[in-house]
Amino acid sequence: MKRNTNTPKAGFKLALHCSVAALMSVAALSAQAATGLSDNKVKIGVLADMSGTYGDLCGRHCVDAVNMAVEDFGGSVLGKPIEVVSADDQNKPDLGSAKAREWIESEGVDAINGLVASSVVGAVAQVANVNEKPILISGAGSNTFTTKTCSPFNAHWTYDVVALARGTVKPLMDSGKKKWFFITADYAFGHALEGVATGIIESNGGTVVGSARAPLGTTDYSSFVLQAMSSGADVVALANAGKDFVNSLKGAAEFGLNQQATMVGLLVFASDTKAIDADIIGDMRLTTGFYWDRDDASRAWAKRFVDRTGAIPTMAHAGAYSSTLHYLKAIKATGTDDGKAVMAQMKAEKPDDMFARNAALRADGRMVYDMYQVRVKKGSERSNPNDLYEIEHVIPGDQAFGAMKPECNFK
Amino acid sequence: MTTQIQMNAVTQPRQRGLTLILILGLISVGLLAPLVVYPVFLMKFLCFALFACAFNLMLGFVGMLSFGHAAFLATGGYITGYAMTHFGLTPELGVLVGTLASAILGFVFGKLSVKREGIYFAMVTLALAQLVFFFYLQADFTGGENGMQGIPRGELFGLIDLNDNLNMYYFVLAVFLLGFFVVYRTVHSPFGQVLKAIRENEPRAVSLGYSVGNYKLLAFVISAALAGMAGSTKALVFELESLTDAHWHMSGEVVLMTLLGGMGTLFGPVVGAAIVIAISTLFSGGELGNYIHIIMGAIFVMCVLSFRRGVVGEFQRVMARNFSASRVGK
Amino acid sequence: MVTFMGINLFALLGQLLVGLINGSFYALLALGLAIIFGLLRIINFAQGALYMLGAFLAWLALHHLGVNYWLALVLVPLAVAAIGMLIERWLVRPIAGQDHLYSLLLTFGIALILQGTFSHLFGSSGQSYPIPDALKGGYNLGFMYLPVYRAWIILVSLLVCAASWWVIEKTRLGAYLRAGTENPALLQAFGVNVPLMITLTFGFGVGLAGLAGVLAAPVYSVSPDMGANILIVVFAIVVIGGMGSIGGAILTGLMMGIIEGLTKYFYPEASTTVIFMVMVLVLLVKPSGLFGKEA
Repeated sequence: MKRNTNTPKAGFKLALHCSVAALMSVAALSAQAATGLSDNKVKIGVLADMSGTYGDLCGRHCVDAVNMAVEDFGGSVLGKPIEVVSADDQNKPDLGSAKAREWIESEGVDAINGLVASSVVGAVAQVANVNEKPILISGAGSNTFTTKTCSPFNAHWTYDVVALARGTVKPLMDSGKKKWFFITADYAFGHALEGVATGIIESNGGTVVGSARAPLGTTDYSSFVLQAMSSGADVVALANAGKDFVNSLKGAAEFGLNQQATMVGLLVFASDTKAIDADIIGDMRLTTGFYWDRDDASRAWAKRFVDRTGAIPTMAHAGAYSSTLHYLKAIKATGTDDGKAVMAQMKAEKPDDMFARNAALRADGRMVYDMYQVRVKKGSERSNPNDLYEIEHVIPGDQAFGAMKPECNFK
Repeated sequence: MTTQIQMNAVTQPRQRGLTLILILGLISVGLLAPLVVYPVFLMKFLCFALFACAFNLMLGFVGMLSFGHAAFLATGGYITGYAMTHFGLTPELGVLVGTLASAILGFVFGKLSVKREGIYFAMVTLALAQLVFFFYLQADFTGGENGMQGIPRGELFGLIDLNDNLNMYYFVLAVFLLGFFVVYRTVHSPFGQVLKAIRENEPRAVSLGYSVGNYKLLAFVISAALAGMAGSTKALVFELESLTDAHWHMSGEVVLMTLLGGMGTLFGPVVGAAIVIAISTLFSGGELGNYIHIIMGAIFVMCVLSFRRGVVGEFQRVMARNFSASRVGK
Repeated sequence: MVTFMGINLFALLGQLLVGLINGSFYALLALGLAIIFGLLRIINFAQGALYMLGAFLAWLALHHLGVNYWLALVLVPLAVAAIGMLIERWLVRPIAGQDHLYSLLLTFGIALILQGTFSHLFGSSGQSYPIPDALKGGYNLGFMYLPVYRAWIILVSLLVCAASWWVIEKTRLGAYLRAGTENPALLQAFGVNVPLMITLTFGFGVGLAGLAGVLAAPVYSVSPDMGANILIVVFAIVVIGGMGSIGGAILTGLMMGIIEGLTKYFYPEASTTVIFMVMVLVLLVKPSGLFGKEA
């Protein structure tokens, strides 16, 4: 460091000059930012795993869902165009964070939607929070975004690990299944889900006899399944999602684990249910924020979605649609795309669309709404390939998500 | 026996003046560039350019293909990230710590591998790097698949706030120039001459009494340290360190940068890094994301089959030919 | 549950069996690498990608041409071998005189192209390939339930490995091969068409990768990066075994699969690294590898 000081010194002088100039221009800009739209348009970035493990549950069709919301809103807001851009984060935090930084710092993106792998969302949130840009988390599950790392700019929309664990674990405990084993996706989301579920199990008198951590994107689950088999558990819970859920459940069936213990998926998207033999997944009970065949409004929207994409809509797709719509409404109401003002408005007005029922965006950024406990139909009960679930009952929002945690205390 | 990759002549003494002028010119371009181009993009380029220069020291000047340099990039990043987050070091100390850690890892790798030759050396370094990859995947302090998030950029010497992209840029530029200077000095020193002698004819170097193993080991440690320095700096720029840097694809990418730019030349890795980073930025994130691999693969095949000197190597060859031809003419 | 000195025997045996299955794949791939290396002195970095290609060809053949598993098991390795021979003839041979590192880089480039192409066409998540009806179900071994298909993998892999070993070590054809390894010029002088032999050998080596790909399709999902991850492990196996012997590649492959299985039982956290640790150990104690002849 010491031998080469000349150039850096010169560099830093220049840097100081430049940064002063930059600061002045930033100050000038932010004075104007309180009203009106930056760059004369609203730009929404959709960041998701486009073709990997989580590709089917959000992916490209989350971009479609966001575009549907933009179209339903009329394609423009305050007389200015709405633009949607998208990128593939491949479930890698470095890719997601670099993309978000580029979008926000040099391309004028106003908000980011999609956001599936919790690891990526954590990295993106750091960039977005500092720059005061809202993130509409439609696909990710970790509850850290409304607890430990909460921020005024996080809107956690579709579901979280608390709602999943409460919705799915409790009824099984009540039916007398007390010994649990977890096969867990080895990153932020899986750890959070296993942690919350373990809390519920133990406080209800159950025990967790073991857990196996499988890397994201594992395709051969045989050794994890064997660990579960020798644990003697009543319930083997899969704390993973997407293709990981599909592969681990298939692996369990191949080795006969599903004959020996009750298999339960803690996070199951409709696209995954559809990808598995009805013989294997039939009768499983799970928690979801959306099912297309719930009422006329959801059916009408789902029909448009299927016509457009050819894929079955998941709760992430529906959530991406709903959050975008609510975000645009807030811009219209406040007359600005300034992150702080828009987020305040999103919290002031209750979301109300085909997805969000009895909904409110809580102060900590948690979207609280009615969730559903469903039973997967057996093959003989299905009238068409998308006829997957029977809604057994509705879980009111405050029961599903619980009370706000004191950990989150931003102003 | 010895692995000899056909090399380009390193800058001749008479070219040295020219090289210095070129370097000064490039430095001034470097100083002004962030006013035109998005600084984060430039910083990414500089980090990879340094990484490639470090790698080139082994491949270009010793003639050994390491397929495990990703381990050093990641080690620099993780150790710096950890030190910055937990000990509140200033960034220049953070980078120093990361660089040292990579140097130590380089020593361990080198001890295990420099006696192996050619493809064996490549395979052993690759496998060692994979061991490091899995270690970082499992270790708690790295955050595993989540990556190490929220690494603070800090304040340089406790004074200059690096959260400003421009300040950060000039810091990265300084680090790059320092690294480049180290490579330059290493190559143009008696030590560098011995390395080249080993590359050209190892048995002869042995018979001249040089302890070849130690020379190779020292070169490997310097190379690893500089790769670590690149990783440390990169972790600060992106405020994040992740497994991508430790993955063997990264080791492959740096081979590509060096091969494409021209191995065994001073500027080759810089040019190669510029091209590769430009291509991957162009395609990143979009629908065409997977084209990156196809294009990189095609460049590899093309370079190996018919462009082994790389961009700078070819350029030097053409220049040298014209230069000498005109002299003959007179 | 049967336990012995605190060890759950059922769980241990189960993990060993799973290890043996993984080891079967390692052995097939390491064998292919060793055969190619023996004659051409190149490390085929595309071996993993060709394994992936085998799995994808089987999947494509089933879904688009209705070619069933049994036919694929024969046709796909031949197709992969044919592609391999084209690669050898058009890309590898032109740089035959150059440093071996160039062929490593060349095959690395080919691997990237193949992997990128399939990610682009089919996405990076896996496609599923059904287990053929005749191999569905399983045996109850008492300590575990062994799916028939997994047993089939072990059987096929062992047979193919043993047959390859026999051909190379015990037949006249194999004698030519081994002679070609020692002194290709002399062999040419005896009237053997060495370039053709090299092409065919390359084809056979990558054909083994193609076969492994078909075998893997029903148990691992068919995905573009399935070959990339296994390849580095196979490299480590090759370093451990040493490059001198065909039998060494096979034995080391199976052995490492079993060691991995053991680790999964006793200390699962280390199961991904154990093979690399063994490699470091071998490098320290016997740098030429367990069965290696390289000085």
